[in-house]
Amino acid sequence: MPIWLELALRVLVVVGAFLTLPLIVGQAEHKVMAHMQGRLGPMYAGAFHGWAQLVADGVKFVQKEDITPRAADRQVFRLAPVVALLPYLAVLLVIPLGPHGLVAQPLDVGLFFVLAVVGIGVIAVLMAAWSSANKYSLLGGLRAAAQLLGYELPFVLSAASVAMAAGTLSLSGIVEAWRPWWLLWQLPAMLIFFTAGLAEIRRPPFDMPIADSELVFGYLTEYTGLRFAFFLLAEYVGIVVIAALTTVLFLGGWKGPFDDQLGWLWTLLKVFAVAFVVIWLRVAYPRLREDQLQRLCWLVLVPLALLQLVITAAVKVAL
Amino acid sequence: MELPGKGLVKGLAVTLGTLGRRTGTQQYPDVEPDLPPRSRGVIALIEENCTVCMLCARECPDWCIYIDSHKEEVVVPGAARARQRNVLDRFAIDFSLCMYCGICVEVCPFDALHWSPEFEYAEHDIRDLLHEKDRLEEWVATVPAPPAHDHRGEPAKEQTAAAKRSGGGAA
Repeated sequence: MPIWLELALRVLVVVGAFLTLPLIVGQAEHKVMAHMQGRLGPMYAGAFHGWAQLVADGVKFVQKEDITPRAADRQVFRLAPVVALLPYLAVLLVIPLGPHGLVAQPLDVGLFFVLAVVGIGVIAVLMAAWSSANKYSLLGGLRAAAQLLGYELPFVLSAASVAMAAGTLSLSGIVEAWRPWWLLWQLPAMLIFFTAGLAEIRRPPFDMPIADSELVFGYLTEYTGLRFAFFLLAEYVGIVVIAALTTVLFLGGWKGPFDDQLGWLWTLLKVFAVAFVVIWLRVAYPRLREDQLQRLCWLVLVPLALLQLVITAAVKVAL
Repeated sequence: MELPGKGLVKGLAVTLGTLGRRTGTQQYPDVEPDLPPRSRGVIALIEENCTVCMLCARECPDWCIYIDSHKEEVVVPGAARARQRNVLDRFAIDFSLCMYCGICVEVCPFDALHWSPEFEYAEHDIRDLLHEKDRLEEWVATVPAPPAHDHRGEPAKEQTAAAKRSGGGAA
C-alpha cells in the first residue's frame, strides 16, 4: 500500500470513530439515564426506541440561528468550539485499538502527548468564557479553570504511576507490559485517574463550571446552534477519550481471550463499559459544591496519587 | 462504625436497580391511558331528564353553566286549567371555566348530568371550549355504566329510603 493511501485510510478511520463513538455514547446516555430514572427516554426519532434522536438533534442544531453577542470578542468566541473539539481528535489518533500496531499513529511519547493535548481543553473553556461578555460565562470559565488546573495534577500523577510501572511512555507499550495483577497494584491510580478524568471533561458530578441551576449554563450560556453542538460533541468525545485512556492505561487495553484476533473488540468493549460507568455516576451523584470539589482534589486525590507513586516505585524496585 | 463510601455505593445500587426495572410510562398518544372508574373527563347532558330547576347553574362555583328556558302551557283534557312546564332552550357548559369539581353532577336531582371519561376535546381557540346542548348530548354515549356498589359499604341512600317506605327496617 502506498504510504499516502495508508495515511488517508488511518485518518479516515479515526475521523469515523470520532464521529460515531460519541453518538453511540450519547444515545446510550439518553437511554441509560432515562431508565435509571424510571423513564423511557427518546422513543420516536427513527421509530425504534428513538435510535436516531441524536441525528435529529444534529439537524435541529444546524437549523438554529448562529448568534454572536454584540459585545463578544467575535473571533475568539467563534474559535472556542473548535479548540474544544480538535484536541480530542488528536488524542484519538494515538490510542491503540489492538495489538500489532493497530493504532492510527504510534507515538513513543504517546502518554505525554495525550496528557498535554487533553490539557488544551481548559484554554477552550477560558476562551469561550472570556469572549462571551457575560458574567455567568465568566464565572463558569473561572470555575472551570480552577477545576481543570487542580485536577490536572492527580490526572498526570496517576498516569505517571502507570508509565513508571510499565517503564515506557508509549501507550501500546503500556498495554503490552500490562499484567492482570496490575489491576490491584494500580487500583488507586485507576480510581484517581478516572475521577480526575471526569473532572477534566467537566462531567457531573464535577460540572460546577456549567451548573445550570446557578450559572445559567456557565461558559456555554451564549452559544447557540452548531457552535453549541460542537461543545456538546466535545463533551461526548471527552467521555470516549477518558474511557479509552482508562482502558489503555489501567484495564489492559486489548488484553483478553483471543486478543490476537479480537483485540480491537476487547478495547471497544472496555471503552463502552467505562463510558457506562461515566453515565452511571452522572445519574447517581449530585453536583459537588465548589469547595468540596477543590477539597477532594487537593486533600484526597493529590496525596493519594503521590502515595501510589511511592508504592509503584517500591514494587518496581523490589521486583 | 459505618464504612466510608457506603452512601456512594448505595446511590449507585439504587440507580442500577431502577435501570433493571420496567418503567411505568404509558406511551399516551399511541396507547390509550388506562383511566380509573369515575374519571372526570367531560360532563354529558341527557336533555330529556333536565327540568330546568337551575340547581346546577346556581351551585356551580365558577358559574360556567348557562341555561335559557321558557314556559309552555300544556292543556290536559279534563283538567281544570292548563299546566305549565319548562322547556330547555339552551344548556351550555364553558369548559374553559369549569374546574371539574363535579358539584353540578352531584346536585342534579334528575340525573341529567353525568361524568364521562373522555378528555380529548382540547381546542385551538378557547371560545370553542363552550359546549352547547348538542355537544353535551354527544358525550352521553361515552358515559360508562356506574361501577358496582361496594359490597361491604353501606347500602345506597335510595335503597334505604325504599326499604323505609315499604315498612321494613334498613335493608
